[in-house]
Amino acid sequence: MSEKKMNLGKVFMNGVITENPTFRLVLGTCPTLAVTTSAINGLGMGAAATFVLLGSNIVISALRKVIPDKVRIPSFIVVICMFVTIIQLVMQAYLPSLYESLGIFLPLIVVNCIILGRAEAFASKNPVVASAVDGIGMGLGFTLALTLIGCIRELAGNGSVFGINLLGTSFQPMLLMILPAGGFLVFGLLLGIINSLTNRKKGGAK
Amino acid sequence: MSLILSSAPHVRTKDNTQRLMLNVIISLLPCLIAGVYYFGFACLIPVCVSVVSAVAAEWVWQKLGHKKIRIYDLSAVVTGLLLGLIVPPSAPWWMMVIGSAFAIIVVKQLFGGIGDNFLNPALAARAVLLASWPALMTSGYNVGKFDAVTTPTPLLGSASLMDLLLGNVTGAIGETCKIAILIGFVYLLATRTIRWEIPVITLASAALLGWLLGTDPLTTVLSGGLLFGAVYMATDYVTTPMNSLARYLYAVGIGVIVVLIRKYGSYPEGVTYAILLMNIAATLFDRIPVQRIYGHTNAKKEGK
Repeated sequence: MSEKKMNLGKVFMNGVITENPTFRLVLGTCPTLAVTTSAINGLGMGAAATFVLLGSNIVISALRKVIPDKVRIPSFIVVICMFVTIIQLVMQAYLPSLYESLGIFLPLIVVNCIILGRAEAFASKNPVVASAVDGIGMGLGFTLALTLIGCIRELAGNGSVFGINLLGTSFQPMLLMILPAGGFLVFGLLLGIINSLTNRKKGGAK
Repeated sequence: MSLILSSAPHVRTKDNTQRLMLNVIISLLPCLIAGVYYFGFACLIPVCVSVVSAVAAEWVWQKLGHKKIRIYDLSAVVTGLLLGLIVPPSAPWWMMVIGSAFAIIVVKQLFGGIGDNFLNPALAARAVLLASWPALMTSGYNVGKFDAVTTPTPLLGSASLMDLLLGNVTGAIGETCKIAILIGFVYLLATRTIRWEIPVITLASAALLGWLLGTDPLTTVLSGGLLFGAVYMATDYVTTPMNSLARYLYAVGIGVIVVLIRKYGSYPEGVTYAILLMNIAATLFDRIPVQRIYGHTNAKKEGK
């Protein structure tokens, strides 16, 4: 029992840190670059993706012995589509402003490679509970990464974080940061920093 | 007496990075003096801040990274000086700090330091500043009789050719006085710091295309930052192609893009983007073969 618990913990931390989908696997970079113009957009996108990831991992894992191998990708997509439709309708009803600002990138969660990747690599081979934990871990890792990028870009490009002005009125925002080029810059610099930190850790362990 | 054993080359010249960079700095002094003459001593603030912060950024980065401190090769001074001369005279000091730090750390050091940057650091920094603070980068050019807010230099022909030549127009600190730039150009040629081909071909192709599209060739050459860009930015050793044919094509490309942006683009001036684009293309131009090697056949043809 304790061994199984530790295993689940490992699966969870794997998604958040060791194989963080954004910074370690570099998956789902399209929404990462496109929607992180503000912290709240990043958080909203991450939360929506986490919900879809959790739902699709559970359903695909439960159906993993029923789905024929040859048509598994279309089947996965249909399952993912269902959850994306749910989150889209819910968000449209209860969070219309977030729905507006995420725009096309919300329905595009269907083709987010993190979700399809986890369905293929994990959920289709593992039991339901482990898949659910993997979905939450990966989703949380994605959410944290998007929120971090969103915070940095919003702070530099607008002087605020989550809409709260932090830098005062005399601050001249660096517009570039909320333009697409700023997304690439922040993402690239963060990737570099995280890579150099983990490399240093590995070097120290040896 | 000590006997020194070393491999070739045995014949050395005094030219080294520091010497070349010093030449560039000396050649920029006329532009700086002209800038002070037209815009007053206040324009020294952005220039000095830019130089100091560029050198400081280089020192901090190399210190933190436990690398060899290379600030004495003066390349950071040149980057800072160039950036200082291509901003409006009223540019705030904090903007210059950010620009210089971006030029040195992101554009130069992250790609491997001197010799490995794929873009001209000063120009890339200017592009970043222009995208980040468009209002601060396009206003504040007003001086003397030009008290209205204008975009970089009157490209639409409101100034006479004489004013353009002398620099009695609005513009960035170092780019207005063409006489000063020409003095610098001659100095660079006399000291063999740069070759004449790139600036001359850039200017000629811009003038020719501009003439075909209905602009007076002299106005094309003398307005905006074209002359400054062609002499000081397009000739950066690191970001130009290696072989001569590629270099000519690179220069033509800059001239053509400048005129196209001026004529059809939404920006009034396009020298920054023209040179940056051709910087990126420089490695591709280098693939153009200069010589057919005897006995060498195309791999594709061989496959057939």
